[in-house]
Amino acid sequence: MDPYLLDGVTLGDVALSTVKAVLALVVCLVATMLMVWFERKVIARLQNRIGPNVAGPFGVLQTLADGIKAFFKEDNIPENADRFVFKLAPYLSLLPAFLTFTLIPLGGDFSGGKSGTVTLPGGQETFLQVADPPVGVLFFLAMSSLGIYGIMLAGWSSGSKYPLLGSVRASAQAISYEAALGLSLAAVILVTGGLSMTEIVREQATAGFGGIIPNWNIIVTGFIPFAVFVMAGTAELNRPPFDLVEAEQELVGGFHTEYSGIRFALFFLSEFMNTVTMAAIIVTLFFGGPAGPNLGILPGWLWGFVWFFAKLLVFLFVFVWFRATLPRFRYDQLMDLGWKLLIPLSLGWLLVLAGIRVARNGELNLLDSAGGDTVLVIAVSFVVLLVGMGFLRAALNNARRERLLAAGLDPREVG
Amino acid sequence: MVDVIVFLIAGAIVLGGALGVIVSSNPVHAALSLIASFFGVAVIFIIQEAHFLALVQVVVYAGAIVVLFLFVIMLLGVDTSENLRVDPLVGQRSLGLVFGGLLLALTLGGLFLSGPGGDEGAVALTGQESVVRPIDDRSQIEQLGEDLFSRNILAFQATALLLTIATVGAVVLVHNRGAEDLVIDEPGLSVE
Repeated sequence: MDPYLLDGVTLGDVALSTVKAVLALVVCLVATMLMVWFERKVIARLQNRIGPNVAGPFGVLQTLADGIKAFFKEDNIPENADRFVFKLAPYLSLLPAFLTFTLIPLGGDFSGGKSGTVTLPGGQETFLQVADPPVGVLFFLAMSSLGIYGIMLAGWSSGSKYPLLGSVRASAQAISYEAALGLSLAAVILVTGGLSMTEIVREQATAGFGGIIPNWNIIVTGFIPFAVFVMAGTAELNRPPFDLVEAEQELVGGFHTEYSGIRFALFFLSEFMNTVTMAAIIVTLFFGGPAGPNLGILPGWLWGFVWFFAKLLVFLFVFVWFRATLPRFRYDQLMDLGWKLLIPLSLGWLLVLAGIRVARNGELNLLDSAGGDTVLVIAVSFVVLLVGMGFLRAALNNARRERLLAAGLDPREVG
Repeated sequence: MVDVIVFLIAGAIVLGGALGVIVSSNPVHAALSLIASFFGVAVIFIIQEAHFLALVQVVVYAGAIVVLFLFVIMLLGVDTSENLRVDPLVGQRSLGLVFGGLLLALTLGGLFLSGPGGDEGAVALTGQESVVRPIDDRSQIEQLGEDLFSRNILAFQATALLLTIATVGAVVLVHNRGAEDLVIDEPGLSVE
């Protein structure tokens, strides 16, 4: 909980919270606007084009120009549409995107065991995030599962076939990858021992191995949860290579085919806002968020911002890079990756991490030392993992063979 | 003071949503009202400092179960063909009214018997002492986890088993419907 909220809530505290929420909304919108420009510019360079270069310096105001244009466009509502839901859907898709952003610690001084609070001129101590609920990470999961509603209702209420197909694909994809997302998150929760976002950052701000390597969760959890999280997160965002939802060749435009004008712009905005938020969540969960060394010159609380936005930029670039490099998945490949690889892998890894933790705490007492126990646990885990993977593969192959046999085909010929 | 204001707003959302569920003739609108109602309940949980319960309410009910409802409504197309004037079961509505009234009476009775700040109402209705224990200093999630994996481990495992059986059952049901339909989905297989 934020320190200023601990001793009862006064009117001033409500005002402070409101100011923080408004500031966060502004930061989020500006970041989203810049992200749209950044993506268009970077992807243009990656494809040997120039990209937006007319409005403002380096074309940075292009998004603003497009937004103003969208306001003045005709707003079409199809004859068959469910008018109320059709109008509601864009907001339902925008709201979870912003609410997730309120969880993220944007700055704060975590160096040298500090708790990450800043003291305002009025004397209140506060975190540089809108809200730090004790169940922070779960709130992120809840919002990402609510994000489905906007897409699903938009597709259904359009009263048209392509949007409906697009939205059914989107919901199936989001539901499938949510499990992998949650399981890789569980690894972070396990090593942190808490759900609050500040706690996760504070844990990573401590000095790591040898005092030089940072104590980031990407290292502490052993890379696999991070890899799973990035893949599942990209799928949740419906970004390439997981953008079957908007496969232009098959679905015209996906769930927002029938939307025009400002309502379309809201979907566009929420998509990019989700991208920024997801990158920020990755930075917070696995790369220590605003935690980083205080290099002097600037005041301590400013370094939090510097580190956070530097790390954020790296991941925003990675998302654009994915889009420019990777071809789109086929639907069966998408489902195979999610259900047969990511979920078993993250679940197995969670068990291994839990085992190692028990052994390192010296609660196992199989060998003489806790170190010996740890090595033993790791060895046994990997044997079990390999055997498990072998069984899974055997089961998959067998199921496929039986399907082919049942269809009257020879498995050896089909290969 | 803040608690009261938040409670009034959340309560209005809960009741409004509940009313919307039974009043709207379009099933999708009814499902949306249900989500609003769940949200109000989650906010009320948060005022009671039951953060974990609030989030579970949102993730499980609003995020998963209503999505399933909507899937069924959208894909089966019941949204247009349902005639609301006809009772599917004879006497369903009058019985619903009777039982609804009884439930309301029970709840209100419990509320009035318990009086301000006591739990005599619960005792009067069920004959059982309250099993709620005071919360200690540790976080709620820690206590919940410890309780779930020590005292209630059997119930937990039984639930897991039940879910596994349901999953296997679903697979078996789909599988027996005919393997011919499924083989076309096989990757890398060209259909002659």
